[in-house]
Amino acid sequence: MSTNSPILTIRPSQGWGRLDLRDLWEYRDLLWFNVWREVKAKYRQMALGPVWIVLQPIMEMVVFSFIFGRVARLSDEGIPYFLMVYVAMVPWSFFANASNQSVGSLVNQMGVISKVYFPRMIIPLSATLGGLVDFAISFSVFFLVMLIMGFYPGWPFLMMPVYLLLAMLTALAVGLWTASLTVRFRDFRLIVQYGTRLAMFMTPVAYSAREFEKNIPNWVWLYQLNPMYWVVEGFRWSLLGIGRPPSLYMLYSVVIVLVTLVSGAYLFRRTERSIVDLL
Amino acid sequence: MSQPAIRIDNLGKMYRIGRERPRAESRLGRVGQAMLSPFEWLTTQMRKPSEDEILWAMRNISFEVKRGEVVGIIGRNGAGKSTLLKVLSRITEPTEGQAEIRGRVGALLEIGTGMSPELTGRENIFVNGCILGMSRREVLDKFDEIVEFSGIRKFIDTPVKRYSSGMRVRLGFAIAAHLEPEILIVDEVLAVGDAEFQEKCLGKMHNIAGHGRTVLFVSHNMQAIEQLCSRAILLRDGRVAMDGDDPRAVVDAYLHLHQSKQQEGALWRNPGDRFSNKYFTPLSLGIVGADGNPVNTPFRNNDEMTVRIEGDVREIDRNTHIGFLLTDERENTIMVSTYTDEASEHWPKLREGRNVLQTRLPKRLLNEGKYRLHLDIQHRPSSRGKGKKVIVDGQYGEVAVQFSIVGGLSDSLLWQHKRPGVVAPVLRWESGSPDHGSPGQ
Repeated sequence: MSTNSPILTIRPSQGWGRLDLRDLWEYRDLLWFNVWREVKAKYRQMALGPVWIVLQPIMEMVVFSFIFGRVARLSDEGIPYFLMVYVAMVPWSFFANASNQSVGSLVNQMGVISKVYFPRMIIPLSATLGGLVDFAISFSVFFLVMLIMGFYPGWPFLMMPVYLLLAMLTALAVGLWTASLTVRFRDFRLIVQYGTRLAMFMTPVAYSAREFEKNIPNWVWLYQLNPMYWVVEGFRWSLLGIGRPPSLYMLYSVVIVLVTLVSGAYLFRRTERSIVDLL
Repeated sequence: MSQPAIRIDNLGKMYRIGRERPRAESRLGRVGQAMLSPFEWLTTQMRKPSEDEILWAMRNISFEVKRGEVVGIIGRNGAGKSTLLKVLSRITEPTEGQAEIRGRVGALLEIGTGMSPELTGRENIFVNGCILGMSRREVLDKFDEIVEFSGIRKFIDTPVKRYSSGMRVRLGFAIAAHLEPEILIVDEVLAVGDAEFQEKCLGKMHNIAGHGRTVLFVSHNMQAIEQLCSRAILLRDGRVAMDGDDPRAVVDAYLHLHQSKQQEGALWRNPGDRFSNKYFTPLSLGIVGADGNPVNTPFRNNDEMTVRIEGDVREIDRNTHIGFLLTDERENTIMVSTYTDEASEHWPKLREGRNVLQTRLPKRLLNEGKYRLHLDIQHRPSSRGKGKKVIVDGQYGEVAVQFSIVGGLSDSLLWQHKRPGVVAPVLRWESGSPDHGSPGQ
């Protein structure tokens, strides 16, 4: 209650405003609790609980490897086909889940948003970070399977966190854009839902990137602009020694992600101002 | 001490409200309308809002609040109270003007906001405290106090979804009450919970106010305003209508504001073509006695009283709800009634043209005192309130008649005086011999 208590000025903001990330830092406890709550609430009252995190990618991997590996007999770069799909499925599920969680996050949290102030960016952020817990579990299982099958990663393994970060930023960029747009148009929930499903086929998750690059060489430039291409190939490269090692071309994707992320953050900040009046 | 805790300067908030669109007659036309709606939406967004699409929820609000002041904000529904609190607590941005707030703000617009039903009481204390602006450290320090205040120690590790609504409210308030901000903004939280709990809340608020903290408090509970506040501000149509250091005077002005808008006495007549609409245009509202004539007050508690509503119908629509809201002198709602309360086959039939709807108030119901009967007419095409159109707003008190009740409380010679309570029914008591299963055996 001293005279140097903080002064808060409330006034209509003009133009695109500022990002004001310091505000976000002040509310870091809330971010942490939100992530924790999301994870905890998700697996409450489920008989299998976190086992689902592991089951989901394994089941998808089994289906894919059966269809493509056995029946269609695609090339598999000299390692068991299912391992090649599995290693891609882990970061892909993280990306798909995180994006789908973020899209509706603002609308779902309306009850709180209309009654309490906090930096709204915490909501899509915690949706993305919450996915990390799932990722950690499914990745550990994958890692175990990999070791059991006799694959030991070399030094490229140190690059794996970089790829994970890229996946996270991509999910967050998608999340910030679509969460803002969903406030006005609920269509974006469906768009993201179908979009991630479609994107999985445009990303070398269930097949080898070589196949695509061999058969449709004219479109490789576009194919490789997809940041998730680099995430998936990067996971393969850093863990199994197949896939595509990082190259300069990857920088284009990184730039695309960063631009989308920053513009998404601004759009989000702008939407945030009038969100209560719109929902 | 010289700096005010809150300085509000010409604050205003505008909403853009949708315009009523003509509804297509045929089913095909409605499908067409639905297909075209995205384009319509775009054109609406492109052009500047026209006059009739603009609603200023509040405008030109300016005042200062000194440190340690407890300010009550009163006004009718729609006067801009909640908008003001929402802007001050940063939930929504103002359209113009600015406000400066010195000190940490704790806003409590609803009890139990952000509680997760899946989490336990313990977990919710942390999450909720954090949402309201406490750090983890602070919650940890206050944890025992919060549990103690809420009185639910036994259930602290039970998921909140298994709590009764009363327990939830208690936990919610306990968390909020320990927020300890320098400036507390509270919206009508005392409207929930039982009497004992409300007492506890009031006590806590008193406590907070007594510790030199600044409080901004919105309520419809005039008694609470008079008890707690050192100053009151009356809002009317989004502007400050009165601001004074004597809350009682402001409360009186508020109550008077109501009265001046209404005709005194037991009969209201539509002076011209106010409230004109096709479903039910009210022409008069009155309370008539046993002989069918309007009675000027007072009634006796056991008098026959009939509410009589007269109106014009141009289009018969069963979704039009006509009724009244009965309040006491201080605008506390006692009951609501509409002619569509019973099973639909018992609804009185409306005709095109002049209609009279009437209902008898139960005898021996109301205690001695002054009452107000507000006309309430709404058109609600769906049960979920979508497309709802309020023709005469009972909450807002647009049309009302007054009456008072004196005497006639009981046929017993022993109980002729006013007793405590809003209602004073006479109940029938019976005696009998205890049967086999009586207590004590």
